[in-house]
Amino acid sequence: MKTILFIEDEATLQKTFDEILGREGYKMVSALDGEIGLNLAKMKKPDLILLDLILPKLNGFEVLKKLKEDSETNDIPVIVLTNLEGMEDIDKVLELGATTYLVKASYTLEEVLEKIKKALGE
Amino acid sequence: MKLKSIISQLNISAQCKRYGLPLWQCPQFLFLVMGAIIIGSILSAYAIGTRFIGDPQIVALITLLIAVVLFIIAAIITQSFQRLAEANRMKTEFVSIASHQLRSPLSNLKWTIELLMSERNSLAPEKQLEYFKILKENSQRMEELISDLLTVSRIEQGKLSLKKEDFSLGSLIKEVIEEMELFAKASNVEIEFKVKESLPQIFADPSQIKLVVENLLDNAVRYSQEKGGIEIKLEKKNKNLYFEIKDKGVGVPIEDQKYVFQKFFRSRNVLHHQTEGSGLGLYIAKSIIEKSGGKIGFKSQEGLGSTFWFTIPIKS
Repeated sequence: MKTILFIEDEATLQKTFDEILGREGYKMVSALDGEIGLNLAKMKKPDLILLDLILPKLNGFEVLKKLKEDSETNDIPVIVLTNLEGMEDIDKVLELGATTYLVKASYTLEEVLEKIKKALGE
Repeated sequence: MKLKSIISQLNISAQCKRYGLPLWQCPQFLFLVMGAIIIGSILSAYAIGTRFIGDPQIVALITLLIAVVLFIIAAIITQSFQRLAEANRMKTEFVSIASHQLRSPLSNLKWTIELLMSERNSLAPEKQLEYFKILKENSQRMEELISDLLTVSRIEQGKLSLKKEDFSLGSLIKEVIEEMELFAKASNVEIEFKVKESLPQIFADPSQIKLVVENLLDNAVRYSQEKGGIEIKLEKKNKNLYFEIKDKGVGVPIEDQKYVFQKFFRSRNVLHHQTEGSGLGLYIAKSIIEKSGGKIGFKSQEGLGSTFWFTIPIKS
């Protein structure tokens, strides 16, 4: 069973994704802020990380940077899932090594799931 | 500090970039061009004047006078340009931030509905109810945000109307505290309200003043971070009632303090702790208090807490 770490401060989204990823046969681990997210990434070594950008304690850019700097976590694919859609943000995130950048408001759950499967190589 | 701001004013290309305007449309650059034209015309006026008018002192005086008038006019034009450009920049920013703020609850709604509607929906009834609660919460969030945005737009158009009447501020505060009690309890924060009995009534719009008290109390609870209690004081000071709310929360860093009442401003250390919030509450509060003939202010120390206060005129 593949594990997906979801770093997102909105409890609502955590709940929705827990349900939907569970149905697809994934195990979801949730983190409500950047610090916990980073620690869980190191501890659980998930197969994929879903990352929001506006996060308490450590924002998504910093989390991504630290994930990619650490040899233990730098090969985990990261999908950034956010409502920020400035070109600068997108460029910055892709430069930092994110696999995909998804603007929440423009994707359906189905489409997000497809991107997740693709990133997992399924 | 003053010198620094003057020097930054001189950096024309940076200023123009801030407004997102090309150089030839940028007020600061136009002012320079205007200055060059003025100097040129003065010189030519002087050259012509010395040739045709006998007394050079009068000529010098006239040219000097014209120059002064021209400079004043130019400065006025430039300033109005600058105000226009600033207003335009703020509008663009407003739209982009507002739409971003609305998007978060909207994407929550969208995905939750999708989940509830999906063919493979095998949720138990009580779990479904949970998702319906999510729908309700998020639509409420959108509603509050939209109402804040509308208030802001009314403020900016100068259309914020206040229906003034006499009422007791003390009772209103008690009412707000009661409404907020659940939220405060959930955040592990205790609210203490100290009030001297028999305070005079105030003359203002109760629904708007309630909005101010709600905003201030909500902030105090939200940013208390479960660190101790909140103290509210209400007393008479000259011809005003003085309201004060003191928390032991995260506080506002010194470099952010001058922006606190600005629209959409959210302090760096607040974003660190709490990502929700529109950055409109204090802007609205300030507008309402000032429109009601009162004053609003605060003092704060990062990490130790903040004290916000306002005054409001007593019924005359």
